[in-house]
Amino acid sequence: MFLASAQLHIPDGFLSLLIAAFAWLLALIAVAAAVRRAQATLDERLVPLAGVMAAFIFAGQMINFPVAGGTSGHLIGATLAAIVLGPWLGILVMTAVIALQALLFQDGGLVAMGANILVMGVIPALVGYGLYRLVAGRGRRVALLGAGIAAWLSVVAAALLTALFLGFSNTVSFAIVVPVMLGIHALIGLGEALITVGALSFIRAARPQLLERSAAVAGRGWIAGGLVVTLLVVLLSPFASSFPDGLEWVAGKTGFLANAQDAPYELLPDYTIPLLGETALSTIAAGLLGALLVAVVSLLAARALRSRSAERSH
Amino acid sequence: MLPTAAFDRYLHGESLIHRLDPRVKLVVTMLFIVSNLLLPDGAWLAFLAAGGFLLLGARLAHLPPGYLLRRSVLALPFALAAVTVLFSQTGQPLWAFRLGAWTLAVSDAGLLRFASILARSLLSVQMAILLTVTTSFPDLMHGLRHLRVPGVLVAIIGFMYRYLFVLADEASRLLRARAARSAAPAAGQAGGSVIWRARVAGSMVGQLFLRSYERNERVYNAMLARGYRGQLLTMNPHVMTARDWLAGLAAVLLLAAIQLAGRLAA
Repeated sequence: MFLASAQLHIPDGFLSLLIAAFAWLLALIAVAAAVRRAQATLDERLVPLAGVMAAFIFAGQMINFPVAGGTSGHLIGATLAAIVLGPWLGILVMTAVIALQALLFQDGGLVAMGANILVMGVIPALVGYGLYRLVAGRGRRVALLGAGIAAWLSVVAAALLTALFLGFSNTVSFAIVVPVMLGIHALIGLGEALITVGALSFIRAARPQLLERSAAVAGRGWIAGGLVVTLLVVLLSPFASSFPDGLEWVAGKTGFLANAQDAPYELLPDYTIPLLGETALSTIAAGLLGALLVAVVSLLAARALRSRSAERSH
Repeated sequence: MLPTAAFDRYLHGESLIHRLDPRVKLVVTMLFIVSNLLLPDGAWLAFLAAGGFLLLGARLAHLPPGYLLRRSVLALPFALAAVTVLFSQTGQPLWAFRLGAWTLAVSDAGLLRFASILARSLLSVQMAILLTVTTSFPDLMHGLRHLRVPGVLVAIIGFMYRYLFVLADEASRLLRARAARSAAPAAGQAGGSVIWRARVAGSMVGQLFLRSYERNERVYNAMLARGYRGQLLTMNPHVMTARDWLAGLAAVLLLAAIQLAGRLAA
């Protein structure tokens, strides 16, 4: 139940006015651009297409699968929308979904809606679509694997952005909520990745021309955009840990901080690299190293898959 | 699943609030939420006054007592996240306890902050519910149009609302078909691995997508056949009356008074 309701919709009252206004400003720019671009390519087709597709996302969120112990996973759909419909239409569709959920079900706030549009609409378009575009033309297996990674990453990036919004509003404790949000959504993201890949492989088999059309509507700038946002997320995280935090305050008092450092599983203790000391620079470097590791692993996996599919075609 | 009752929370009624122009209600709701955000932490008098404002609205709309409060549990998952603020504020420690290897201390500043966040979110969610239960969805859309929200966006949301029910039915048919095909032994695991189950769900989503996409094509052709040229028309003029202006003005003045109370008391 908690998994099913964890859709990252921030209600009103949890974001400070400054953060909410800033998020609205960014969201308005993105949505205005999306309206213009989508109208330019679709003209009067836009309204029925986006409207029905938004309803599809909403209905698609009802489709679930049992995971274990009474919990079930279900689709969020933002990455799927961005990949199948293209990023501009994807942003519009998710904006409609978020607006309707806020207006009709109070699922997500009205003043906080700008933040929700960024989290659920713009992030999946950038991270999800951008990373998918990177591998889209390279054979079925690579494209599907890329879509899965893109879906997972966009859920995790969305969770991080939500945690950052809440943290900067001084509504939550960074030290507790950032790792918890990332942990939960790393799991939710797995379900999202699996469903997205399943849906995409079905659509590829049934109507492949639909996917080719969506790949043609947006430029390669989205790839750069996706990579930049992934990088930005990494660069933002040091601020998340630089605030004075009660947990660390208590930890310092009780001497727990000294014990916490030598946990056996900590590869990068406290998200810093020992050599560089405890500076923001060190945190950034640690984040970059982590992102690089993920990138190298996915690249190697993609290369291995590609060579295998090439062997088979000989 | 989504119960049918959850789809439309609009309650029919003939009250002052129901008859109010939707754009007045939208603007006052937004101002109310912003006003709550602007109130300083611990401005209890002002929060109480805002609660009174809400109660007045619910009373004028003839809502059953406690209705808004019952519906406002939606913000609870986020309140769970906000609990962590108890430990993150520097202040006088009130109460410390051990949680495994961690010692957590609740500070007075943390408690003040948490209670204020909870008050703000409860008030804001209830106001949004008041807006929804007293304004029908088409009226809400017209209100957005009049407030200069881009017509395309409003039309998309309106379209989504129209096809929500149709596609939700389509999704339940898919789910029912899956349930009919799937037998589960009384004990033990049924079906394949989690990954296999997720892929089945993925195929269902893909199928739902294609059905929706084809429906969109049919809908578009039907609209073209009926003379659609990119604009949705409405027959409701939605003219602001003197009563709408007065109600809006009164609400704004009340909110200003609440702000003043919050600032002076703090």
